[in-house]
Amino acid sequence: MSGIPERPAGSGGEAASGSRRRFLATLAVTLGALGAAIAAFPPLGLVLEPVFRRPRVAWRPVGRIGAFALGETVRVSFENSGVLPWDGVSARTGAWLRRVGEREFIAFSLNCTHLGCPVTWQPGANLFMCPCHGGVYDSDGKVAGGPPPRPLSRYAVRIRGDQVEIESERIPIG
Amino acid sequence: MKLLLAIWKWFDERSGIGAIVVPLASHLVPSGSRWWYVFGSATLFAFLVQVVTGIALATIYVPSTAHAYASLRYLSEVAPLGAWVRGMHYFGASAMIVFVGAHMTRVFLMASYKYPREVNWLSGVGLLALTLGMGFTGQLLRWDQNAVWSTVVGASQAARMPLLGPWLVRVVLSGATIGDATLSHFFVLHVFVLPLLIAGLVGLHLHLVLRNGISEPPSAGRPVDPASYRASYDAMLAREGVPFWPHAAWRDVTFGVLVVAGIAVLGLLIGAPALDRPPDPSLAQATPRPDWYLLWYFAVLALLPHAAEDYVMVLAPLLVGLLLLSPPFLSNRGERSMRRRPWAPLLVLFALTCIGVLWRAGARERWMPDFAALPLTTESVGERSGQLPAGAAVFNTKGCLYCHAVSGRGGTRGPDLTDVGRRLSRDQIVVRILNGGPNMPAYANNLAPQQLDTLVVFLESRSRP
Ligand code: FES
Repeated sequence: MSGIPERPAGSGGEAASGSRRRFLATLAVTLGALGAAIAAFPPLGLVLEPVFRRPRVAWRPVGRIGAFALGETVRVSFENSGVLPWDGVSARTGAWLRRVGEREFIAFSLNCTHLGCPVTWQPGANLFMCPCHGGVYDSDGKVAGGPPPRPLSRYAVRIRGDQVEIESERIPIG
Repeated sequence: MKLLLAIWKWFDERSGIGAIVVPLASHLVPSGSRWWYVFGSATLFAFLVQVVTGIALATIYVPSTAHAYASLRYLSEVAPLGAWVRGMHYFGASAMIVFVGAHMTRVFLMASYKYPREVNWLSGVGLLALTLGMGFTGQLLRWDQNAVWSTVVGASQAARMPLLGPWLVRVVLSGATIGDATLSHFFVLHVFVLPLLIAGLVGLHLHLVLRNGISEPPSAGRPVDPASYRASYDAMLAREGVPFWPHAAWRDVTFGVLVVAGIAVLGLLIGAPALDRPPDPSLAQATPRPDWYLLWYFAVLALLPHAAEDYVMVLAPLLVGLLLLSPPFLSNRGERSMRRRPWAPLLVLFALTCIGVLWRAGARERWMPDFAALPLTTESVGERSGQLPAGAAVFNTKGCLYCHAVSGRGGTRGPDLTDVGRRLSRDQIVVRILNGGPNMPAYANNLAPQQLDTLVVFLESRSRP
């Protein structure tokens, strides 16, 4: 199809030595690979950095101690760890927080251990229920029925002054 | 006209484009290639619609977690023609999935994947995978509550992978949490990476179609023999072939235009799926579900025996992929006619039935508890005072209602209890309530003795048909 004249390999004076031909080909391929690697490394690094970055640990205040009634389980929301100024509302995450003592709290993850859907606390039934496939957890987060393989995960909670704080690190799935 | 011709001649003499295009257009194709052969080009037409509408959408859509939702609202509610273009993009995606499926089915039924078209098939499977990838990433770009939680569900599936799980979660989310990188990475995949790969594979696919020719309609008793196939194919073309342009192309164009028109009409009349609430991962109100073409897989995940889950979630996609890649390796020679391969239509029928049944299950979602179920009333209870209303109240507040229906009120996750008094004895009812079952929580520590009593009395009294 193309009209480019071709010289059969091995003909002509200089190409008489096959080793020179092989050397030049190897040189071109190696240099090409090197060039591609040089061009690809910084952009690939930029793209993959968030995947390899160590998650930061951040304690997020979720309210004053007095705001939580003993024995009640309420949903609190707080900001993720590594949040960026342009993250907007998606930077928020939540937990089910229960006050179990004067200065004692438990924070359950929102994420069902089955496939991550958000569980809701049903105060009347005393159960966490998952809307997606009907997973059920008892009030301690132990699996009470349905597909979830593991109990609900928990966040660490601490009290600083009169503030309740939740430890935010990574999304509690997997 | 004369001037145009002169310009073309000038350009063609220097570029040689004519020498490339004319043989392509006039190459011979089997004359029997009829309407069965239009699905591939229909997919390509739908893809072109996606490119055009996608470029238009990208002029308004903002791929940032803070602004994506607002820009989508603007696109669907304010921007002139915005809702239409969004609708076309949605139905264009649907059309691509439908016609990839139809094309693949046709090729499988006619065994067109046999020698020398094995690579045509393999590149087609690659295109199917990329199309589904476009569908999934596209759904997530609809950055609303549903999309955010679908991302979490996607990451949770990746988390099931042995050893690599936690790392894969971070790959899917592009970080340890849902954040800006999550959305922008999906955006880049959807808008740059996957479309480039699709364009490349489409190029290869078309090149192969030209190089190997369109497969002739099969006839029983004319098996494929790699040693002689090309020669006999060329001889057949010389005997009875017709130029592709316009003898076969008119069908592709006609059908393709119908597809494009259909996409435009559906996009205008029905439009894209409505936006859910704004994306707030801290809100527990969400029931993520995939768009229609993955609804059947959604049902698989819900209906699986719990013990099999880890394996299925990881191995099934792998297995399906290998299965789809396998036909040309299992047999690339021999009979192509369906009459000599009666198992082929049966297999297609079986696969379609499976997907259909699962799809229906996925659409009905009977496994979802109904948190919005209306509480039982005095009518459904039958008595105003005494133990029955008290038992019904327990039924309402203890969450029984979310999963069980009584007289038409309540969820469908568990058995309907309208006539449970006739089916189960008092003791059986008590045992069920206290011990629960695989999908039902045990209420032994969750009911006061008196609550249990009234509940059981209420359930026992349920015996009306
Ligand atoms: S995600 Fe909760 S039951 Fe499936």
